[in-house]
Amino acid sequence: MCGAPDQDVQLPPGTDLSKETVLTGKVVADGEPVGGAYVRLLDGTGEFTAEVVSSASGGFRFFAAPGTWTLRALSRAGNGQAVLHAEGPGLHSAEVAVA
Amino acid sequence: MSRQDVLVTADWAEKNLGTDGIVFVEVDEDTTAYDGGHLPGAVKMNWTTDLQDPLLRDIVSKPQFEALLSRKGIANDDTVVLYGGNNNWFAAYAYWEFKLYGHADVKLLDGGRKKWELDGRPLTTDVTERTPTSYTAQEPDLSIRAFRDEVVEAIDTKNLVDVRSPDEFSGKILAPAHLPQEQSQRPGHVPSAINIPWSKAANEDGTFRSDEELRELYAQEGYDEGRPTIAYCRIGERSSHTWVVLHELLGYRDVKNYDGSWTEYGSLIGVPIELGAGGR
Repeated sequence: MCGAPDQDVQLPPGTDLSKETVLTGKVVADGEPVGGAYVRLLDGTGEFTAEVVSSASGGFRFFAAPGTWTLRALSRAGNGQAVLHAEGPGLHSAEVAVA
Repeated sequence: MSRQDVLVTADWAEKNLGTDGIVFVEVDEDTTAYDGGHLPGAVKMNWTTDLQDPLLRDIVSKPQFEALLSRKGIANDDTVVLYGGNNNWFAAYAYWEFKLYGHADVKLLDGGRKKWELDGRPLTTDVTERTPTSYTAQEPDLSIRAFRDEVVEAIDTKNLVDVRSPDEFSGKILAPAHLPQEQSQRPGHVPSAINIPWSKAANEDGTFRSDEELRELYAQEGYDEGRPTIAYCRIGERSSHTWVVLHELLGYRDVKNYDGSWTEYGSLIGVPIELGAGGR
C-alpha cells in the first residue's frame, strides 16, 4: 500500500520503537480535537514528506527519521503548524493547534 | 491537451452533480472515506481490487476493465470525472488507466477530496445506483506505459523522473513516512534519475500548480523537454500524478508511467542502483 492508513488504529504490531522514529500527535482547536484535518509532514527544508487525515479524536502518526520536522494541519476549523524535534528513534509527540 | 481538457474545478463539479452523461468516480486505495461520505451520485472504485488484477501483479486486462466499467454503469460516451483522497494519487492512476484503455472523455477533479472537504461542499452516504452498461475498451495504449527493461535502457538516455520524497530517493527510507518501513527490496534510485517529488507539482490544498509554475519547476530541476521521459515512484500512483502533469497538462510528448516502479525495480536481480542525493 501507499495511501495513508486509518490514523485511529494502534501502532502496527511489530513496530520496533528502538529502531523506528514515530511522530504522533493531535490536532486541536480551542482545546477540542479536530478530526478530518489534513496533516502534512514537512522536513527540515520545508519539503513535503507525507500527509494523513486525522482520526475522529484528532490523532495522527508518521514513520519518519530523526531530525526536525514541521507538522502542518489544514482543516475546516482553520490551519496551523508545530515543529517537532526527534533526536533519535522512539515515539515523539506534538499538538497542532488550528485557528 | 490543455488544462480545461484535463481538469475540472470543484465549482464546476458541484454545478454538474447529477448531470446526465457525467459520472463522478471516487478512487482510492482504501475506500472507507467513500463509505463515510462521497460526492452525491459518485460511484466507488477501489484501486487495489478494481484496477489491479486480483492474481497477477498487473493492471486489469482489457476484458476486466470492460467488465468493471459496465458493472459501474459507465458508458463509452460518458464524461468521467475522477477524484480521491491522498492528493488524487490513485485518481491520477485511474486517469492514466482510463487513457490507456482509450476512454474518450476523462477528467480529474482538481484538488480531489481534500479541497472538496476543506471547501465544505456536500457529501452524502446515499447509495449510488447506476444501470449497468456494455462498455467496450480499446487495446491498451502502450505509448504511455513503461516496463522494466525500458527503464534500464533509459539510464543516461531518457529523462528518468523519480517523484518519491528525497529520503526515499536517496535510499534513507523505503516507503513514504506515513507507512511502516518493512519493505524487502533494496533502497536507492535508478542511476541518472532526477528527483522531482510529486508534491512540488501540487499546492497545499491538493490542486495542481499553474502551467507556468510547473514548466519552471521541471526546467529548474534539470528536466530536458527534448527527451522522452519515464516517471516512477514506489507503486506507480504518485508517478501517475506527475504523468498527468507532464503529458496531459504540459503536453510533453513521449512520457510514460512506469507502474512497476520501485517495488519492482528495487527487487530485480542485477540492475544498476544508485544511492544518495544524486545531482548529475
